[in-house]
Amino acid sequence: MIRAEGLVKRYRGVTALAGLDLEVEAGTVMALLGPNGAGKTTAVRAITTLLVPDEGRAWVSGVDVLADPMGARARLGLSGQYAAVDEQLSGYENLVMVGRLYHLGRRRSQARARELLDRFDLADAADRPTKTYSGGMRRRLDLAAALVAEPPVLVLDEPTTGLDVRSRAQMWEVIRDLVGSGSTLLLTTQYLEEADRLADEILVIDQGREIARGTADELKSRTGGERIEVVLAEPHRLEDARRELARVALDQVEVGESGRDLSAAVATGAAELRDLLAAYDEKGIKVLDIGLRRPTLDDVFLTLTGHRTESRPGDSGPSGPDAVPLDPAVHDEMEARR
Amino acid sequence: MTAYVPVTPHGFARLTSALSDGWVVAQRNLIKIRRVPEVLVWVLISPIMFVLLFAYVFGGAINPGGAVDYKEWLICGIFAQTVVFGSTFTGAGLAEDMQKGIIDRFRSLPMARSAVLVGRTASDVVYNVLSLLIMGLTGLLVGWRIREGALDALVGVVLLLVFAYALSWVMGYVALLVPSVEVINNASFIVIMPLTFVSNAFVPTESFDGVLRTIVEWNPVSALTQAARECFGNTGGLPAPDAWPMQHPIAYTLGWVVLILVVFVPLSVRQYRRSSLK
Repeated sequence: MIRAEGLVKRYRGVTALAGLDLEVEAGTVMALLGPNGAGKTTAVRAITTLLVPDEGRAWVSGVDVLADPMGARARLGLSGQYAAVDEQLSGYENLVMVGRLYHLGRRRSQARARELLDRFDLADAADRPTKTYSGGMRRRLDLAAALVAEPPVLVLDEPTTGLDVRSRAQMWEVIRDLVGSGSTLLLTTQYLEEADRLADEILVIDQGREIARGTADELKSRTGGERIEVVLAEPHRLEDARRELARVALDQVEVGESGRDLSAAVATGAAELRDLLAAYDEKGIKVLDIGLRRPTLDDVFLTLTGHRTESRPGDSGPSGPDAVPLDPAVHDEMEARR
Repeated sequence: MTAYVPVTPHGFARLTSALSDGWVVAQRNLIKIRRVPEVLVWVLISPIMFVLLFAYVFGGAINPGGAVDYKEWLICGIFAQTVVFGSTFTGAGLAEDMQKGIIDRFRSLPMARSAVLVGRTASDVVYNVLSLLIMGLTGLLVGWRIREGALDALVGVVLLLVFAYALSWVMGYVALLVPSVEVINNASFIVIMPLTFVSNAFVPTESFDGVLRTIVEWNPVSALTQAARECFGNTGGLPAPDAWPMQHPIAYTLGWVVLILVVFVPLSVRQYRRSSLK
């Protein structure tokens, strides 16, 4: 349904895409996972006819996007990183306009707009200008706009970046419903958790090229599952604590620079945590903090590439604090602190 | 999934679909005018101010000649100046659109590439109709009268509107090159100010000397003003200056309209297409 071959795009010496291939089968979801500046948005723009790549080709529903951009546009719905809705217009007016520009006709556009506003829980706000909407509402409206013509292919560029926890959960639910109804979907994200929850296949990219692909489970098995993290109350018990953690760990235990924090990948999570707590209790090892952490994109990166993610200039994503966190939990914590 | 069969129109169907897409965008712009009426208020106040300022400040000092009443003679100049300035509005509106996220939505839709431009220029005609109406009413209050038939007057109004429409495409093109509202406002001031002041809009052609007079006589704004004065019957019986554009102001103005559209419509559409593929 979506296919790209050898996409290359350079901007004044910066290579945004360095020969990217991808293929999304009909009725499946692919997540394009990568840090800021990895080339996710550039890839999406090339596939959705918003830019012409320097090299390579792409097809949407069998239509060559370079040869017949109009045909490709008629077959795809795009929801971007920045909600592309008119602020002065109401949600209803926005959707009707989009429907008419898809040439659905006035009647059908109006009916479709009402239907989508209901479905996305925006019916109450339907006739208010969208500038009064919250961030989550705007994103939902933008997604609704992408669905107006029921296109066979959907492309979502960072659908939850910058949203609060609740809006993100709501958005995930909406996207999962879409997936259930058989849409073919390409989405980009910086969150491993998001890719994990929504996608059948994950393509990890960095510096415009693929560095790994596979199902969420395949990627996790390469990076280890959840990690147990411990902060000790008494640094002199480090050796004992390390030994106990090693018993439940998959591989080696990492010791932090402070000499009182430890972490290790474990196979399942909760079971090992329970065993470890029991062991520490028995040995009288006191901890300040202990917990489970899902592997983040950063962990995946560290394992796959040996380096941490870093944002580069000329980056596709939004700048500012919203862009930095790679793990939703970290992000939410930062939001809360502000 | 409902069967949605995408159609890529060709030939005549393509033209009508371009027009209907443009109309959808125009409707969106008109909704926005209703939503933010403050903008409209300011747009309409400035021509009123111009009518009053010129009529009462310069009214006593400038004499177009003969027994002509300056106030009556002036109004057509203000009409011309206002619709010419109105094109800035197109530029600013388009520049704003280009900076907003909505433009990505438009670009990802299977709509005519010209629709954003066609829609913008079309909705700005509404602005010009309203400002002509307001100026006409203000003019009537200070003593302006239509002294020709209704048909002639209609020709005058249409001429003002089509000239403004053509200029909208020029400013639209500038906005695509430099999508910044501030730059558009400043640039248009620098270009449009001399264009309207070095014309017969406020002072008679005879008051200019030498090269300047030739410029004034061939300035399309002069022809537009002259045409409007003839259509509304505000020449005060003064003969038109002895230069071809002044002798045939309607034809000369229409010539400019055609020339501008032929050059700037394709240029703007091409630039829109290009700027959307960055």
